[in-house]
Amino acid sequence: MRMVRVGAGLPLLLLAVAGFFLFPEYLTLFTSLFILSVFALSYDLLQGHAGVVSLGHAVFFGTGAYTTAILARHGLAEPVLGLLAALVVSALLALVLTRIVVVGNDLTRLLVTLGVGFLMFEAANQARDLTGGADGLSDFTMGPVLGLFRFDFAGETAFFYSLAVLVLVYFFLWRLAASPFGLALRGIRENVRRMPAIGAPVRRHLATAYTISGGIAGLAGALLAQTSNFASLDMLGFERSAEVMMMATLGGTGSIPGVVLGATGLGYLKDALSAMSPKYWQLGIGIVLMLSVFVLRGGIAGAATALIRRLRERA
Amino acid sequence: MSGLISILADGIAYGMLLFLFSIGLSITLGLMRFINLAHGAFAMCGGYAAVVLLNGFGVPFLLTLPIAAVLTGLVGVVLEQLVIRRVYPMPELQQVLFSIGLAFAAGAVANILFGPQQQPMLLPDWLTARVNLGVVEITGYRIFLILFGLVAAGALVALFNTTLFGARVRAAVDNRPAAEGIGIHVTRLFAITFGLGAAFAGLGGALAVGFLGLDPTFPFKYLVLLLMVVAIGGPGSIAGSFVAAVSLGAIDALFKYYVPEVGSFVIYGILVLMMVFFPKGLASRRAA
Repeated sequence: MRMVRVGAGLPLLLLAVAGFFLFPEYLTLFTSLFILSVFALSYDLLQGHAGVVSLGHAVFFGTGAYTTAILARHGLAEPVLGLLAALVVSALLALVLTRIVVVGNDLTRLLVTLGVGFLMFEAANQARDLTGGADGLSDFTMGPVLGLFRFDFAGETAFFYSLAVLVLVYFFLWRLAASPFGLALRGIRENVRRMPAIGAPVRRHLATAYTISGGIAGLAGALLAQTSNFASLDMLGFERSAEVMMMATLGGTGSIPGVVLGATGLGYLKDALSAMSPKYWQLGIGIVLMLSVFVLRGGIAGAATALIRRLRERA
Repeated sequence: MSGLISILADGIAYGMLLFLFSIGLSITLGLMRFINLAHGAFAMCGGYAAVVLLNGFGVPFLLTLPIAAVLTGLVGVVLEQLVIRRVYPMPELQQVLFSIGLAFAAGAVANILFGPQQQPMLLPDWLTARVNLGVVEITGYRIFLILFGLVAAGALVALFNTTLFGARVRAAVDNRPAAEGIGIHVTRLFAITFGLGAAFAGLGGALAVGFLGLDPTFPFKYLVLLLMVVAIGGPGSIAGSFVAAVSLGAIDALFKYYVPEVGSFVIYGILVLMMVFFPKGLASRRAA
């Protein structure tokens, strides 16, 4: 397990950069895959590390998207500042919500997050002056990144900009997972009753994890809004929440490179199948999900670990 | 006053449908601890069966209902025996993923077979006629739905509270090891109960076409409401589900009509508040 964790980050980065040179016409797709990876990583901090499930994580994604879009409409067009603002707003929202979302067992958590998700969706739908309602927001222009790099039509700036954010988030979460705090989260996942007995403040740890996770999800949403110049209701809808859960789980909960692979793999599948027709994407994802429960229990990362172990035993 | 009664009738008829949709989910959650986010797909299956029978083969409306229920029940039993049985022992997250996948696939299959549009359904004249109840006029279909829901709820309560089958199910819900210990074949009980739940959802789906419409987004459109009915009513409780479904339907209709600005919030707000303050529902059969 340790080998996969440490070793996979650099090859993944090299693959991404190679993609830039090999497939220059697909930069927009790559950008959206990076953003999905950031989002899936934020969710995995909850589900994979702390063992807290949620069917409403898109709430923070959408909040981040709307935050930067609304700020850009009012003159704050510098993308990095927009990202930071989205991070703070989404993290604050997560901090407020944490009191109600981490209570009870998995089923109550799923229901509460589902309910919160639909509440926020309706709220965004009703607050037409702020969010543009069902039409979304597109009447804003982002300035150049750090005042230097303009967003171009080929999507080169967007590519490196979102890749940079992904690398930062990846590194941050990797360090976090290895920190005492990360270990405490895993302890909560494995045995939530025993943690208080060894003096760990479970509620505070979960609140911290939720806040960080919500903040990073907001970052991902803001990235999407900035690079696509659009913020809309589907960014905080149920489908997006369900998708991020699938990505994290198919990738392998708790494994950072696995989650990145799951997000990019599913994101690519969605792009390819949706190009034919949305119904084929739904059929495809449905079959993949049902099969994965039987054949891919540990996700991609679990399968990779098992493969490496088997190769080692043979050697 | 007559306006209020007419809206209430609307809401209660809606609640009856919600009850039929969700009762199977409530039983499977209470009995098998299986989180089935694809339960709405059974209702959709019944709906399409009824549409095909009525519009394609000219089967009379009243006859489509039992056929749709039996067909959906069979689909449920077959699915349970082939795959779903193997998902019961898995962790909750795997169950959620599996059933989301099933719901996606079911919606896509419906989309491929029948197209994304709403399905038309021609109800017989005696159901579309308006009935004068003295103070207020209501369409016959509302009255039919309400009566039908009452009968179905009564039949289910009788089935579970007075028959040997019902006693076995209750025993298995309350204490599975002890039920197995005294010779109840719990796995077979699961299959029958699952099929029964699917059949009731199919019945509800067939009834819903003329009231709520039918298209391939059906499994997810009513998912939240189904889960709410079960969560608030308490998994495994028929009376609890009935009360929850009818009051949710009525509350939803009242707020949407009288306070449309907040109408769509109320239901979800209730869900969140209920889960925070009564995480076990109103009438859970399970003590722990």
